Amino acid sequence: MPWTRDDMTARAARELKDGFYVNLGIGIPTLVANHIPPGVQVTLQSENGMLGMGPYPFEGEEDPDLVNAGKMTISELDASSYFNSAESFAMIRGGHIDLSVLGAMQVAANGDLANWMVPGKMVKGMGGAMDLVAGVKRVIVVMEHCEKSGRSKLVRECTLPLTGKGVVDLLITDLGVFEINRGRSSVRLVELAPGVTLEEVRARTEADFVTDLA
Amino acid sequence: MATKIQSDAASALAGLLFDGMTVMAGGFGLCGIPENLILAIRESGVKDLTVVSNNCGVDGFGLGLLLENGQIRKMISSYVGENELFERLYIEGRLEVEFTPQGTLAERIRAGGAGIPAFYTRTGVGTVVAEGKETREFDGETYLMERALKADLSIVKAWKGDAEGNLIYRKTARNFNPMMATAGRVCVAEVEVLVGTGSLDKDMIHTPGVYVHRILKGPAYEKRIERLTTRPRTEKASA
Repeated sequence: MPWTRDDMTARAARELKDGFYVNLGIGIPTLVANHIPPGVQVTLQSENGMLGMGPYPFEGEEDPDLVNAGKMTISELDASSYFNSAESFAMIRGGHIDLSVLGAMQVAANGDLANWMVPGKMVKGMGGAMDLVAGVKRVIVVMEHCEKSGRSKLVRECTLPLTGKGVVDLLITDLGVFEINRGRSSVRLVELAPGVTLEEVRARTEADFVTDLA
Repeated sequence: MATKIQSDAASALAGLLFDGMTVMAGGFGLCGIPENLILAIRESGVKDLTVVSNNCGVDGFGLGLLLENGQIRKMISSYVGENELFERLYIEGRLEVEFTPQGTLAERIRAGGAGIPAFYTRTGVGTVVAEGKETREFDGETYLMERALKADLSIVKAWKGDAEGNLIYRKTARNFNPMMATAGRVCVAEVEVLVGTGSLDKDMIHTPGVYVHRILKGPAYEKRIERLTTRPRTEKASA
């Protein structure tokens, strides 16, 4: 069985280390917060201006002045702090955030990432994604391995407009885990989802990759 | 000294609006937006606006009101995913958009208010954002030159303010408001609570009054929530 979204985000959560400052992208990466391993304490940064993001508020305690980057109501923790957008991106751009987990439309073998627009079809904007990939120390992408059409999203070269060049460190899909290493070496398949075969991954992947897995 | 305090949003904007002007509007999504000033701009009918704002409200609220009223010619934004009309107008070529990465947008505004004409950033190198822009190497790394942003008018929303124009924001409603307050030729601030001079904690002021030219207490705040997410009281699960 390929991994579900929950499985993928649980796998991504295993990359968290105690004491990390972490930014989770909107959408699927948000689920990583549900799987933080026991004994690991991380501080979640929300790029709209908060460190120490808490869980969703209890019903009736929602505050319109307290939202995350996905505009969802959240809560604060004892350790939380608030700041403006320029300060927030100084943290991000300045290399003070340890890890970012993002979604993607395409990841290329050279570490390029495309996740912000499909020309003529879907135009939402890049939000903070370009800043995150430019400044955060380690970038993990969580995405479905293929489009609904079956086309591989791990590609030789991105055909969609880029979010960043050579920025992806690790890719987690429903089929497995790939070290991308920002394109500094060959893409390496390091883990298969349970029941997924190497042949299946090869058949469904456009980019070339190496592996020690049988 | 003439008072900065205005009785309402319309009089706070009197003499400041003209067709073709550039307006900065604070807020992130619908959080921390100057609701009353946006309504007054809609009522004024001013048009061909270039609006600098991280988002463009939603259909029917916030800056979405100016969009559906045909008052906006160009947006400088980072993300418009919540607004169907925006996406449609843009794809149909009826709205000009300068997509700017969120951190670059914040810094361009900060620079504009701080007298810094341009700066270099790694953000956007090798992407369409870099097209037509100067690049330069520093310590073996390529950076992109981004220009500062200023506006004819900035409209911001704070939680508390006083007659001097000192402002305090609340939680994540701060976002772009402090930088925008510095980058408008004129800055008009609306607040939920207007207090007497001396009653704000001087160490806790986020925007010093020098940046704020006019201030008003908003008559009402809808503070619409864009995506209501809660957890039940019985369960201990986290977000």
